[in-house]
Amino acid sequence: MDMMVEIIDTREDLKKEFIQQRTILDQAIPGFGYQKREQAFAHFLKLGIPSTRVEEFKYTPLEPLFNKEYHRSYTFDPISFDKDLLFNCDVPNLETQVEFVVNSWYYHPEHRLQVLSNGIILGSLAEAAKQYPELFQKHYTKYANPASDGLIALNTAFAQDGFFLYLPKNTVMDQALQLINMMMSDRNLMTQQRNLIILEDNSEANLLVCEHTMSNHDFLSNSVTEVYAGKNARLHLTKMQNENNDSSQLAAVFIHQEADSQVSTNTISLHGGFIYNRFDVALQGRGAHNDTFGLYLTDRNQHISNRTLIDHAVPDATSNQTFKGVLDDDAHGSFTGKILVRKDAQRTAAYQSNNNILLTDRAKMNTKPMLEIFADDVKCSHGATIGQLDSDALFYLRSRGISQKEARLLLMYAFTYEVIAAIPVEGLRLRVEELVSKRLRGELSRCNDCTNGCR
Amino acid sequence: MLSIKDLHASIQGKEILRGLSLEVKAGEVHAIMGPNGSGKSTLASVLTGRDLFEVTHGEITFEGQDIGEWAPEDRARAGIFLGFQYPIEIPGVSMTNFMRTALNETRKAQNLEPLSSKEFLQRMREKKELVEIDSKLTNRSVNEGFSGGEKKRNEIFQMAMLEPKLAILDETDSGLDIDALRIVANGVNRLKTPENATIVITHYQRLLDYIIPDFVHVLYEGRIVMSAGKELALELEEKGYDWIKKQVDNPLITL
Repeated sequence: MDMMVEIIDTREDLKKEFIQQRTILDQAIPGFGYQKREQAFAHFLKLGIPSTRVEEFKYTPLEPLFNKEYHRSYTFDPISFDKDLLFNCDVPNLETQVEFVVNSWYYHPEHRLQVLSNGIILGSLAEAAKQYPELFQKHYTKYANPASDGLIALNTAFAQDGFFLYLPKNTVMDQALQLINMMMSDRNLMTQQRNLIILEDNSEANLLVCEHTMSNHDFLSNSVTEVYAGKNARLHLTKMQNENNDSSQLAAVFIHQEADSQVSTNTISLHGGFIYNRFDVALQGRGAHNDTFGLYLTDRNQHISNRTLIDHAVPDATSNQTFKGVLDDDAHGSFTGKILVRKDAQRTAAYQSNNNILLTDRAKMNTKPMLEIFADDVKCSHGATIGQLDSDALFYLRSRGISQKEARLLLMYAFTYEVIAAIPVEGLRLRVEELVSKRLRGELSRCNDCTNGCR
Repeated sequence: MLSIKDLHASIQGKEILRGLSLEVKAGEVHAIMGPNGSGKSTLASVLTGRDLFEVTHGEITFEGQDIGEWAPEDRARAGIFLGFQYPIEIPGVSMTNFMRTALNETRKAQNLEPLSSKEFLQRMREKKELVEIDSKLTNRSVNEGFSGGEKKRNEIFQMAMLEPKLAILDETDSGLDIDALRIVANGVNRLKTPENATIVITHYQRLLDYIIPDFVHVLYEGRIVMSAGKELALELEEKGYDWIKKQVDNPLITL
């Protein structure tokens, strides 16, 4: 079976492509998905790929990415993939259940969807849409609105699969779940992965998502993840981004939180040519708390954008955003972060900070923290810094016999630590610590093989 | 041990040290006193290699080697220690990691094996007792949230860990109450051996009640203008610096 068809190079071609592949797309997520696809594509035709004239994309130039040539796969051929041969992850002190998504397709040698003894469901999004249509309809496209953004519209129009996780009321995943998103191909590839994570009331999960490329081609992944956290649900999501430096990753995560829920995300961006992370959090229940943390360590010509919106829609919710970055060589970064406190959201406490260290005078950072407050009884703060390593601290360390190189590493590591320290699973935190330390030393390979604990 | 000859140093074109000379031998304690702005802290920075300052003339030799061009870490590894007037807070770097890195980088430079965890922890324990520093402090990030007195005590703790040949204590007494001052001074006295030397830089005589100097030097306008025994400190305490200033500024007037 030939898994690759058609070359896409422009937006016009995406239109042709959509019409041509319509049947196969509709088979992937039928019924409800069909309507959504239809509407989403209409939105995409209107919106297109966001240009830098769109405020939120002012420092995130997407057009060059979409002007490259990519292949697109509409079917997945599991025979060509042997995970044990390619990928052997060992995260010490951390028992994880490992799941794979390859080129946006959920992959498991035996099944499409697993139902665990406590009712937890995990596996393929497309399969979940077929087997649990009510559940799917209740949440799909509810938090990521295709009418609001060309990238979401594009994803919703073309998405065929991705990861699905459902936790019924009062269930707890005893093990951390590790989702490995892999890109592997013998030519340039564009994908539209779609994930849906549903935590019903009082449920709890720890999820680690690792992003990898397994070959040195240009990849463009445009993924959308929707998260629903019911009352008093608790989710921790750690994302490790470690792709080749020719790859482009556009990853949007939409989180809906009910009362007293707690969701935290830590996104650690180590390698990848162009990374755009979006976090859209809707705090819709009293007592909900959200932490959105990010750390990016970039060099050469890497580009990283982080964009956030924390929407305080109801009273008594709290949120905290901390983004930190070290930019070396010619790296370029941007942070566009917003706290929105709606009129009735009294007693909101919301904080945001973005701190950056530029190691060269060629590295560049654009940061734009924003507050929009319509309530009068709130505690909010935001702040951003761009600077160099503290020369007083450097001298202090060197005056104790520590070399300049080591002193710089210690200070960079210390700078990043706030984000790492916020990872609640100890084994994972230790692993991330080690990876970050290796990355700062320049010892972490940027190659195709797994750098997240592989031999 | 240390020999400074006709040292001139400037910052941003402004000359601060203007021909300073000083000899320090093993086993000696030297106090350097002087009014504000006389160049005391500049001397400490220049001796330890801070690159904010430019040495324009003169030489610094330490144990027979010209260290004028050496990097701060190389001076530290050779055995020069600076107790900072304002110790730096470094959130995210633990005291333990800081000290282990400092010790092991120094040992590496001396072709010694790194200390084992057991040896290192034992050394931490011993030195903590010696300088009476609370374990809670050494479990935290470097100086983060420490009080003024705790920071100074931590400087002495680091000095105990690193066992320098020459310790330069820059205004170690500033900001200390009398109890903290005594603890810090006790630490310094306990670390004193016939093989090492100490330079105490201070504005006030107070510290010298506890750390008894062999020599007292007065620094004024970038030069040492007077040197004598410990009794000079008491005289300065009583009479202030004005009489010295007058004498230096108008050398023809006899007092």
